[in-house]
Amino acid sequence: MTNIEVIMAMKLRTVKRHFREGLKNSWRNSWMTIASVGAVTTTLILVATFLALMMNLNHVASNLEEDVEVKVLVDLTATEEETIELGENLAEIDNVESVVFSSRDEELQALVSSMGDIWGAYEDDNPLNDAFIVRATDPHDTIEIAEEIADFNQVERVNYGQDVVQNLFRFNQYARNIGLVLILALVFTAIFLISNTIKITIMARRKEIEIMKLVGATNWFIRWPFFVEGLLLGVLGSILPIALLISGYYFLDQNIESVNQFSFIEILPFNPFVWQLSFLVLAIGACIGVWGSVMSVRKFLKV
Amino acid sequence: MIEMKDVKKTYPNGVSALNGVDISIDAGEFVYLVGQSGAGKSTFIKLIFREEIASSGSIKVDNFDLLKMKWKEVPLLRRDIGVVYQDFKLLPKMTVYENVAFALEVVEETPRNIRKRVMEVLDQVGLKNKARFIPDELSGGEQQRVSIARAIANYPKLLIADEPTGNLDPDTSWEIMKLLEEINAAGTTIIMATHSKEIVNTIKRRVIAIEGGLIVRDQHRGDYGYET
Ligand SMILES: Nc1ncnc2c1ncn2[C@@H]1O[C@H](COP(=O)(O)OP(=O)(O)O)[C@@H](O)[C@H]1O
Ligand SMILES: [Mg+2]
Repeated sequence: MTNIEVIMAMKLRTVKRHFREGLKNSWRNSWMTIASVGAVTTTLILVATFLALMMNLNHVASNLEEDVEVKVLVDLTATEEETIELGENLAEIDNVESVVFSSRDEELQALVSSMGDIWGAYEDDNPLNDAFIVRATDPHDTIEIAEEIADFNQVERVNYGQDVVQNLFRFNQYARNIGLVLILALVFTAIFLISNTIKITIMARRKEIEIMKLVGATNWFIRWPFFVEGLLLGVLGSILPIALLISGYYFLDQNIESVNQFSFIEILPFNPFVWQLSFLVLAIGACIGVWGSVMSVRKFLKV
Repeated sequence: MIEMKDVKKTYPNGVSALNGVDISIDAGEFVYLVGQSGAGKSTFIKLIFREEIASSGSIKVDNFDLLKMKWKEVPLLRRDIGVVYQDFKLLPKMTVYENVAFALEVVEETPRNIRKRVMEVLDQVGLKNKARFIPDELSGGEQQRVSIARAIANYPKLLIADEPTGNLDPDTSWEIMKLLEEINAAGTTIIMATHSKEIVNTIKRRVIAIEGGLIVRDQHRGDYGYET
């Protein structure tokens, strides 16, 4: 029989027995249960914090990515017709979403309003160029498009925050990878901790397992109560992290507006983000518990 | 019931415990396994219920080929075999009843059948009135009876006992022997390793003597054959 068939064939009575045994064992070895739950809790708090941070970082980054635009400075010597033609040519480039013209006067206005009156002195003798603001349909194409535009006639310079865009993409990738590695490391540490704590109590249950094998118990029959126990540890261990996540994120969500008056940082909305992440945390907790617990019996099932 | 051909067993540490054993044991037999300490009796017994796996040769028990069977089939083999040890191997925190019921729970018997069968075997070993005791509250002989009750609860075809009277005084040993004879009379094959010259020479049965991992004597209605 395959494992699946064994599970299917398992009678309800047996399922009940495994739950009863699993709960009984957790209760009987309460200090071990507390230690394991503590390990899961610590891990999950760190994991949840990481995940929340990373997901929001991603969110902010992709928001910024959306904002990436190419500013095309038109040659000062360009005639009006040439400028119009340039605008038409820009609009024809593949993957360009929009092209907006901004005259040199508008450019100066924008500068004055953001930088202050120093620039007001130039009002009579505007040194700025006319400009086109080009947006890519997909922000990732920005660099390519900008390079293409640089070769156009009547273009003095293109400006797209080259460094900012590239660094942003790179930073995002690093953050994602490092975060992932850290989370995996944390999870494995927790699994290791749990399997070791449970192993100590298995020593006491060793005789029981030995006798079960002697009278013809299948490995799954022996394993199930440990599975249940691990599940319980994982679920108990995720209660505090989820509570902290919900309350912490709620607090952040309520207060971020006032801290950040320009609201250039926008966090993921509380609903559904927190619920999704809570579910993920619960699932990770359950996996850690079950894996750690089932791993710890493995050695005793041989023979 | 049991067929061994040129069975050798070398432990991972390099000790050769069996060096080519050929034996055939029929259903319903009662067999004593005798020999000095370290001769290989326990190894012989462990090979039968696959607690250890032979290094070479062939072993057939019931319909199982022990060197070719899959891991998943091992529990099925063990359900056909009851095992009794010198040190009883009872679970100290469980009552007598629970210790026996345990063996039936594991094979997923219904609670009704478990209750019925546990009381039946406890009656058979004469401990019906001590069902609620824990092992520590029983004498050695009584504890061995519990372990025998557990071993036969699942109607095994074969009962193997490794020095079942090794920890018991002579009177108690005779009681255990009487019980084993009854079980054998009811049709269960029994293999028993023992150091008791008195038992082997009094209750005459087939004697298989092992020395240095080899069978040196196989005698029907034999003697113990060693000075003690
Ligand atoms: N698990 C084991 N690992 C290594 N050597 C063992 C093991 N069990 C038994 N032996 C060795 O195998 C030989 C036979 O042992 P055993 O079968 O227990 O003999 P008996 O039961 O007749 O006293 C002995 O030399 C013993 O030391
Ligand atoms: Mg021995």
